Amino acid sequence: MIDAVGHPSSLLLLGGTSEIGLATAEKYLEGGPVRVVLAGRQSPRLADAAARLTRAGATVETVEFDARDAAVHTEAVRKAFAGGDIDVAIVAFGLLGDQEKAWQDIDVAVELAEVNYVAAVSVGVALSAEFRRQGHGHLVALSSVAAERARRSNFVYGSTKAGLDAFYTGLTEALRGEGIGVTVVRPGFVHTKMTEGLSPAPLSTTPEKVADVIVSAVSSGKEQAWAPAPLRAVMTVLRHIPRPIFRRLPV
Amino acid sequence: MPRSVKTLAGWARTAPSRATVLSGDEVASTEALAEAIAGAGQRGVIARGLGRSYGDTAQNAGGLVLDMTARDRIHSVDAETGLVDLDAGVSLDRLMRVALPFGLWVPVLPGTRQVTIGGAIANDIHGKNHHSAGSFGQHVVSMDLLTGTGEVRRLEPDGVESELFWATVGGIGLTGVILRATVRMTKTETAYFVADTERTANLDETIERFSDGSDEAYDYSSAWFDSISTGSKLGRAALGRGSLARLDELPAKLRRDPLKFDAPTLANLPDVFPNGLGNKLTFSAIGELYYRKTKNKRGQIQNLTAFYHPLDLFGDWNRAYGSKGFLQYQFIVPLDAEAEFRAIVRDIAESGHVSFLNVFKKFGEGNRAPLSFPMPGWNICVDFPIVDGLGAFCRSLDERVLAMGGRLYTAKDSRTDPDTFAAMYPRLDEWRKVRDAADPDGVFASDMSRRLRLTS
Repeated sequence: MIDAVGHPSSLLLLGGTSEIGLATAEKYLEGGPVRVVLAGRQSPRLADAAARLTRAGATVETVEFDARDAAVHTEAVRKAFAGGDIDVAIVAFGLLGDQEKAWQDIDVAVELAEVNYVAAVSVGVALSAEFRRQGHGHLVALSSVAAERARRSNFVYGSTKAGLDAFYTGLTEALRGEGIGVTVVRPGFVHTKMTEGLSPAPLSTTPEKVADVIVSAVSSGKEQAWAPAPLRAVMTVLRHIPRPIFRRLPV
Repeated sequence: MPRSVKTLAGWARTAPSRATVLSGDEVASTEALAEAIAGAGQRGVIARGLGRSYGDTAQNAGGLVLDMTARDRIHSVDAETGLVDLDAGVSLDRLMRVALPFGLWVPVLPGTRQVTIGGAIANDIHGKNHHSAGSFGQHVVSMDLLTGTGEVRRLEPDGVESELFWATVGGIGLTGVILRATVRMTKTETAYFVADTERTANLDETIERFSDGSDEAYDYSSAWFDSISTGSKLGRAALGRGSLARLDELPAKLRRDPLKFDAPTLANLPDVFPNGLGNKLTFSAIGELYYRKTKNKRGQIQNLTAFYHPLDLFGDWNRAYGSKGFLQYQFIVPLDAEAEFRAIVRDIAESGHVSFLNVFKKFGEGNRAPLSFPMPGWNICVDFPIVDGLGAFCRSLDERVLAMGGRLYTAKDSRTDPDTFAAMYPRLDEWRKVRDAADPDGVFASDMSRRLRLTS
């Protein structure tokens, strides 16, 4: 259970090496002990993530999970819940990919769609079932401002996040009466390994700041959150700008 | 009444969860309860009374909750022996109304009468008379417990099953479902108190009043203290101490009907309060008023509401904190930790976390129950509106309470962690052993038992 002051006893990161996910775990660990389940492909990076959270005071378990293989998602999620209730689950995996290849190379495009959208939907279904069984829980899905309006430079990525965003926004409504919370988080440009070498967009942010947004949204039961918060207003405007103007904007 | 799925929360309205709730006719027969327990499934089952515990003791996410309030029969009242045989769902309020005409008084009354007998035992509740009467479990002569295996066990404090009796006292419903109990009531000539009220100017005076032996002259004693003012006003208090009045102490007017149930209420608060109303400004103002209205006066005759339950003037007062709710932090530390205890009171006042309902009381001896809260020491209860940073502040308090050899109260806790709780209750493993034997399949579970990892 998430306690009276918003602190969870357990956290599941799907995408166990996600920098935003790990920063969120660390943020929660400042507030007391947390059991963290890292779901990801067995790799040195996953082992590093586990070691990093153990150092921060977490009890860490890892579960084998490959976003590309939807057939094993139900089983992976079931295993993640086997060690006890999960209070907060974060769907944190995702690919950015090479955007120019992505709209010209079928394999790259399909991989983006499968990881960012198909896998997100598939784990969303599995997580909902587990949360309904345990009667409580909070689901966080990492969307993107690109889901609200994709640009020429990132529209394949944006389209996959738009799908994810619509799915989890709908899931918020479906689970509303069940005592299970869903939060869709829309970060702007986040400085991570995934965006290394790209030139940052205005209002760029860090994994730690996105983590702050996630923690506060979960504890206050917010269903939608932007990181940083002013992006909400910015995106509201950008969504309505006519295309001939939008394509000239330096965003 | 059909099985229904409901969202349940504690009195502080934090951390609600959904469960299937059985109530009314569904809990009327012991066979039906045994059947429900047998079919509870993986998420288990917990009994619930009137929901006055502040945290997550009587909720069970995804599982079964037995609303016991429909089991409310009082089977017998014996004015001679003072024994009352009654169902676990009877409230202390009703017990008091029924027993008063027989000259019998509820032996232990907490800050509200809206708690059930089952809840009173399961939380081993205490009241203003802890130093003279101990806690509720000490007044239970026997009880019937429906265990996880479906059998009803008759438990007595010194009987062959005394271990299970004392594991159930303070056992927050995790040993089984308390069905029925025999309680030894206190004999009284009147329903009124002879009370002395006084103000202290600061924390030194407050501690002095509870240490100078004057407390022993009263059966009931506690203080409201100021936890917002710092400096020279820090820890100033309004004390209310007294004993049940004898008939010859009443004025002629009240003597005509000395056992009249006299506990007026004004109004129920509606659920319309915004968050943030409980702030330093409002709490300081109300606190100042309350402090000033307390006069240094001896030998006043007061009714139950005036002396004991001033909060009951307002029903559903928890709504005043808004939808975010609040958190009650109650702890006890041994008497010898006085210096550090003073420091804690100062740090609460200086923390910026404001609390209005502050209770201060010196407790007497504890009892045999492994999870019973009371022990000889300084008991403090404060309640904070939920704001950012409260979790970290409470964690720092936990550490200090633990370092002093103190502990938190399960009926109030809504946020501590398993290791801290285990360190505060060193007899936890002893309790677990008795509990596990009575519930080998681990059927009984609650949100609290999962949060604090009390059961395996």
